[in-house]
Parts: sequence; structure tokens; C-alpha cells
Amino acid sequence: MTEANDSQRELIAFRIGRQEFCVDIMSVREIRGWTPATPLPRSPGYMKGVINLRGTVLPIIDLGARFGLETSEPTARHVIMVAHIGGRMVGLLVDAVSDILEMNEASVQPTPDVASDQVKTFVKGIFSIDGRMISLIELDHILPHIEAEAA
Amino acid sequence: MDAFEAIKATFFQECDELLAELESKLMLLEQGQTDLETINAVFRAVHSVKGGAGAFGLEALVRFAHVFETLMDELRAGRKPCDTVTIKTLLRASDVLADHIQAAQGLAPPVDEERSAGLVHELELLTHGGEAPPVVEEDEDDFGFVPMAFDVPLDEPLPSLGEPEAVAPEAQTGWRILFKPHGRMYGSANEAGLLLRELGRLGPITVSVDDSALPTLDVLVAEDGYLTWTIDLTAAIEEKVVREVFDFVEADCDLTISPLGGGAEPVLAFEDEPPAVLPASDELDIAALLAKAAGGAPAAEPAPVAVAPAPAPEPEPEPAPAAPAPAPAPAPVAAAPAPVAPIPPAQVAAPVAPAPVTIRVDLDRVDRLINVVGELVIQQAMLSQRVLESGLARSSGIALGLEDLELLTREIQDSVMAIRAQPVKSVFQRMPRLVREVADMVSKQVRLVTAGEDTEVDKTVVERLAEPITHMLRNAIDHGLETPDERVAAGKTAEGTVRLAALHRSGRIVIEISDDGRGINRERVKKIAIDKGLVAPDAALTDEQIDNLIFLPGFSTAAVVSDISGRGVGMDVVKRSIQALGGRISISSVPGKGSTFTLSLPLTLAVLDGMVVSAADQILIAPLPAIVESLTPQEGDLHYVGGVDPVIRFRDRFLPLIDVAMTMGFRDTPVVPSEGVAVVVETEGGQQAALLFDAIQGQRQVVIKSLETNYQQVEGIAAATILGDGRVALILDVDVLVTDMRRRSSRPDFKLAS
Repeated sequence: MTEANDSQRELIAFRIGRQEFCVDIMSVREIRGWTPATPLPRSPGYMKGVINLRGTVLPIIDLGARFGLETSEPTARHVIMVAHIGGRMVGLLVDAVSDILEMNEASVQPTPDVASDQVKTFVKGIFSIDGRMISLIELDHILPHIEAEAA
Repeated sequence: MDAFEAIKATFFQECDELLAELESKLMLLEQGQTDLETINAVFRAVHSVKGGAGAFGLEALVRFAHVFETLMDELRAGRKPCDTVTIKTLLRASDVLADHIQAAQGLAPPVDEERSAGLVHELELLTHGGEAPPVVEEDEDDFGFVPMAFDVPLDEPLPSLGEPEAVAPEAQTGWRILFKPHGRMYGSANEAGLLLRELGRLGPITVSVDDSALPTLDVLVAEDGYLTWTIDLTAAIEEKVVREVFDFVEADCDLTISPLGGGAEPVLAFEDEPPAVLPASDELDIAALLAKAAGGAPAAEPAPVAVAPAPAPEPEPEPAPAAPAPAPAPAPVAAAPAPVAPIPPAQVAAPVAPAPVTIRVDLDRVDRLINVVGELVIQQAMLSQRVLESGLARSSGIALGLEDLELLTREIQDSVMAIRAQPVKSVFQRMPRLVREVADMVSKQVRLVTAGEDTEVDKTVVERLAEPITHMLRNAIDHGLETPDERVAAGKTAEGTVRLAALHRSGRIVIEISDDGRGINRERVKKIAIDKGLVAPDAALTDEQIDNLIFLPGFSTAAVVSDISGRGVGMDVVKRSIQALGGRISISSVPGKGSTFTLSLPLTLAVLDGMVVSAADQILIAPLPAIVESLTPQEGDLHYVGGVDPVIRFRDRFLPLIDVAMTMGFRDTPVVPSEGVAVVVETEGGQQAALLFDAIQGQRQVVIKSLETNYQQVEGIAAATILGDGRVALILDVDVLVTDMRRRSSRPDFKLAS
């Protein structure tokens, strides 16, 4: 991630409900269909459980639930984005992956003050493309460590 | 420079092995096995350390090792008795030697000069004290012979080293060594005098020098070698032992070693030989010369052995008749240095079975292999299941092939696991020293007995065994054993015994640490626990429960906090580190007779035998070692404490019945117990409980996958694994499940070690 204003970044855009989000394409390793996960006991509601990714036990986070949005039971049409976050591999459950965007760092606007605190924790900024509003997600806080301890 | 450091690192690695060898052999000596072979092994270990240290210029280490080696040499020559005092000193010397090596590695501060010097003094006393000073040693010191000093041409043979005492009338075996150093040998800082001295240690020697090749001063090249020594060594040893002396210089000299005939007098072979015979060239071809001297006759002799029995004639000024002795034909001579050179000194000379060939492999590579094999096992299981699901007949070619594949997979897995398996010896060997030091510190007499050092266990387990064992040995000596006076008063021997044993038991490794001390003072333990508020004053505790109190955090019975133990961080730390390894610890104690701590650990941290169970549509794995029995609950055996908490009667005891699916949150309403299966489990603390599942599906070995790698620890779950159908199954943490249950339900006044 470069900080220069005119730098171009490639982002991967995805949908949860009717909202569109995106993350840096470099942090996404692969995209795969939903497979039933093994639930983990005593875990936050957005932890969908763990799946087997070629021998790796991969925890699945329902990103919509993590953002505090309404979610439904995952179906075969749901998508898991396998992302690399701080040395760990995590599966992010989203409704669909919609696009690969190229974006200028300068076009990102800070998150307006209207968003809920929970959203603001993860949304680094918003920008618009073709009239759509897309939120740029910071993945660093997606994993539940701190929250789990605070709870 | 890097290469040099790498070699040095290898040297230190070898040092560790040598020290281990040294320690184990010294222990054998201590146990009374003072045969020559053991002494030789000790000597070789010290010698190898010294040799390597010399190459790296580790002065302090060389100096100490040298003194050590000298004494060992006396012992193996039988000039000094290998008695208890000596062995005790040797043991302490090996400790200091280890310290020196540590210091040389930069891992420890330089060794305390006084301690080192003190031991050097002790060793020297043992070396020289008692009997008359050995001739060889004495000569050695005056033997300031420097081959480079050519001020005066040597007309006469060198003074012989030692007395030619071996000129016995009876048949003697020995070796005649013809040794002509090249200039290069001196160039690489080797000295003929030292080699001769080394030979002198092997047995009585007679040395003569042939200076006939020495040119006059005006043409003499000071850096070149002109002298040829003939050494008659009268000692019944193997040729390779002799060669070992020349190990480092063999490429830089002409060397002929031939058997000395029976009854041969030490021969001063070339003493008066006319100079003309010897070519004054640098490359003195002794073999050719000999062949010539012998009239070319033995040229066809294929091996030296063939002529060995031929009696060597009396010494004569003319070399010709003496020739049959050094009879090796030119060809073998030329080839001689080659086969000997690569053998490391440590492996030579022992007439024991050849050591197994080993290689050093980066642990990372082994780990990678193990990971891949783990995947293979899973993939293979998945494939089998798919084939089964596809409805193929069991007798079909594919199914049969898969069965073979399964066998092979299992074999590969076992073999790979065996790569990582290591004997616990590496840990056990560190313990004698610890015991000596701790015993010294608390002024007790302790004898450590070890058993089962060859028990193998996964490397990761071995590495993590050292700390708990150290803790427990310290405890056994400090708390368990009485002082010598107390022991005598109690009718025991003044010397206490601590036993450290390892054995395999039902797929686990069991480590037992027992002492014959006073046992656990239960009254005192309970009082302390009550004083510290760890148990309620009115708690009714069984002896076993009281014994287990010592595992509670913050518990310490030592009246005086000593240097060794008694800070109250001992046993609970031990217990935690053992549990982290998936092991359990138990204690049994008989007052006045001693205590035994038993550690039980899985052989590997990579796979686990588990029972596959289902609860609320979820597949779970219960670790087999924790399972006592499984049963179908009968309505009549079920009771409800206070009308709420279910308990089940199992062999006349009431065990809490834990609905796992409920506890895990997979289900909101409890299952009817009689419709499920109860599995009786036992925790590390010996607590029993019954876990209620929907059904038991079978038993299988599972590959352990950590949840922490990508997520975090989950309460009640020890790890995860991947099932045959590719799904992830969770491995239950039985201890947490059971104790968690109790925490919520039963008496809050008594918290036993958890």
C-alpha cells in the first residue's frame, strides 16, 4: 500500500446485502464457493466456524455479521474470500464478488460521521464509481482477538 | 569466514554429542564397569574435543582437555587405578569441560579460573601422584625436540622415548613405523616430536632417526624435511590405532606401518646406513628403497599380512635382512593414506559394532515432510470415502488398490514419525550433572539411577521434557530426600536414591521420577493449603487429593526458601508444561518410603488416537487416552443432584453427566440421556466424569491441526482435525469440559488443581 496521493491501487469489490465494499486485492489469496463449516463453540455470532482448505483449518468470518448488517444463512451462491490478515489466513463470507477496481488513492473520502461505530471500525474510507458508493475496508481488525477479550 | 563459522558450529554440535558420550561412559565407570573399552571411549571423547578445540584455537578448552586426556591416558594404560575418587573427579572434570565448551561457544561466561585450575590440579595429582612418575611422561617434557632446528646435523640416533621395556623374550606383537615428514607437514604446524610422543602413549617405543638424507648446510632448505624416523612400537594394538596418530599428517609424509615380527627386538634400522643408498631428494621413496634392499623379492607380495608371521631377524647394520618386516609392496604403500584419512578419530579404534550411519538434516525439512504426509493421510482417507460412496464393490480393483494405498500411507506416516523420534537419552544425560550440583548445594548424598534411556519419543516432546524433569528432580532431592543424618536415623542408607525411568505404556511415554525419601507430609501439606486459603478448612480430602494439592499455583512446603526450589513456582509450572504437551502428571507417596511422580505424555504431538463421536449433528473427536469406558445410560442409573444436575452411577460411584452438545452450545435443549451414549473420561487430575454424546461412530487416528494458527484458542476444544470427508472436526479438551462443568455446578469451596 503506497501512501502517495496519485498512486493507483487495485481493489476487489464485493457485495453484502445491497451494500458494496472493497479490500486491497493484494490481501486476497483466492475466492471460493461456500462449503458448510464446522461451528466453533463459544464463539461470537459472526464466526461461522472452520473449513478445510487443502489441509489448513480456515476460520470463516461472516463479514456482514461482523459489520453488524443483516445476514441470512449462507447458500451455495455465497462466496468465501480467503484473505491474509496479519500472518493468518481467514475466510471472509460475502454475498458475491462483483468487480475488480482500479482506484486512485486521492479519490477516497473519509467515512462520513453518519456511520455506526461498528462500521467505522472497519471502513477506512468511501469513494464512488459510476454513481455507486463503495466502502474501503481495513481488514486488520476483522479478527476478534481484542473484542473477545473485552467481552 | 562464514564457512569457518559453519565448521565451528559443527564442531560444537559434535562437542555436545561427545559430552553426552563422555557423561554416559563416565556413568558406566561409576557403576563399576571399568573395562578398557569404556575408559577408551572416555579418552576418545576428550581427545576429540581437544583436537577440534585446537584447530579453532580455543586455548582454555585445549589446556583443560589436555590435562583431562592425560589422566585418561594413564587410566587406560593401567598405570593408575580407576577408583571411586578418580571417577568422582572425572565426573566433575566433565562438568567443567562442558562449561569450557559453553564458554567457548559464547553461551556462557568464561569458566571460573579457580574452579578450572582446582580441577586441573586434582587431575594432575591423580595423573602423577601415587606411583613413580611414568617414564614416558617425563621424557616427553624434556623432549624439546624441534625438527626444524638443524644447527647441528644429528649424527646419533635420537634418545629413545621411554625404556624399551617391552623387549620381552616371549613373542611380542607390534608395529614398525617408517615416518618421513615432508616439508609441508611442518608447514601446516605439525610437529614430528608430538607425533612420536603420541606413539609413545600407545606403548613402549624405540625410535631411531635416519639423518642420511640431510644435505650439508649450504644446500639445506630449512623448510624441508630430511629426516626419517623408524619407530618400533611394541604394543598389541590395531593398525588403525597407530594410523590414527598420523591422521592429520598422513598426506604430508611418507608413512609405512608394518607388523613387527614375533620376538623382534626393537630395531634401529637405518642407523648406520650409508648415505649413498638414500636418495637425498625430498620425496624419499622408502618402499622402493626397501624393495631394492630386499632384492626386489617382496615386490609381488600383495599385502603386509602375508609376511607378518615371518620372524624379524636380529638388528643388523645392513637393512637388507630386515626388509621382510616392512614388506608391503610398493603399491599398497602408495595407496595407504587414502582409505584411512576420512575416518573421524572418534569412531576409530573401538572394536565394537560399527556405528549406524547418520546424516544431519535440517529440522525444517523433516517438519515439512511430516506436514505433507499428514495431508497425504487425510487425502487418502477422503479418497477411500469417496470410493465407498460411489458404490463400488469392495472387491473391485479400485477398492483393493486403495487398501494397499492405505497400508502404504500408514507405513509412510510411521516412518516419517520415526525420523522425528528420539531417545530420551539426550534429556536424561543432562540430569546426572544437575543431581550432583543440587546434591552438593543441599549437602545430601544422592545417587541417580536412570532406566529406559533408549525409549523413543517425538523430538518436540523430548525437547520439552527437560524442564519438567529438571524441576521434579530438584524437588525430589531438595524436598523428597532427607539429609544423611536423618536417613541414618530412619534406618536408611546415608545415600539417597533418585530414580529416573522412561517406558512406553499403551501408546504413551511414561516418565517416572521416584525417590526413597520421606514421602509427602500430608498433615503439613493440608495445613499449608488451608493457611494459604487454597482449600476450605473443613474440606474433607482423600490422601490422593492432598497429594495433588502440591500442584496448586502458589503452593510451597519448603520451610526455608532455598536456592534450588521452594519458591512455590515448582509443581504448578511442571503441571502446566506437562498439560501443554497433552500429558498428565500424577503422584503417589508413602510416608517414610518416598514419592513417585509419574508423567504420561503422548508419543507425538502430530497425531492422536481419538474416538469419533457425534453430538447434535456435529462430529467431534474425544482423545482416546482420556477415555475410560463407554456405556449406554440406563434410566435407573441416572439421578439428578438437587433435581437439576444429572449424575450417572458408574461402578458404585456417581459421576457428573455432561451433555456435550449443550455445553458446546450446539443445542439448546438437553438430550434425553438414555437415548445417547455416555463416555466415561478421566482428567489429568484423575477426576472422572461422563460425557453424553448422541452416538459413537468409531475410532481412528487423526492428524492434529492447531486452531491457533489461523484463529485462536477455543475453550473446550484442544485442536481440530480433518475427517475423511474433508470436513473439519473438533478435538475435545476433556479437562476443560469436565472442570468447567464442575466450576459451574458443584462446591465452590474447594478448587482442586485444574
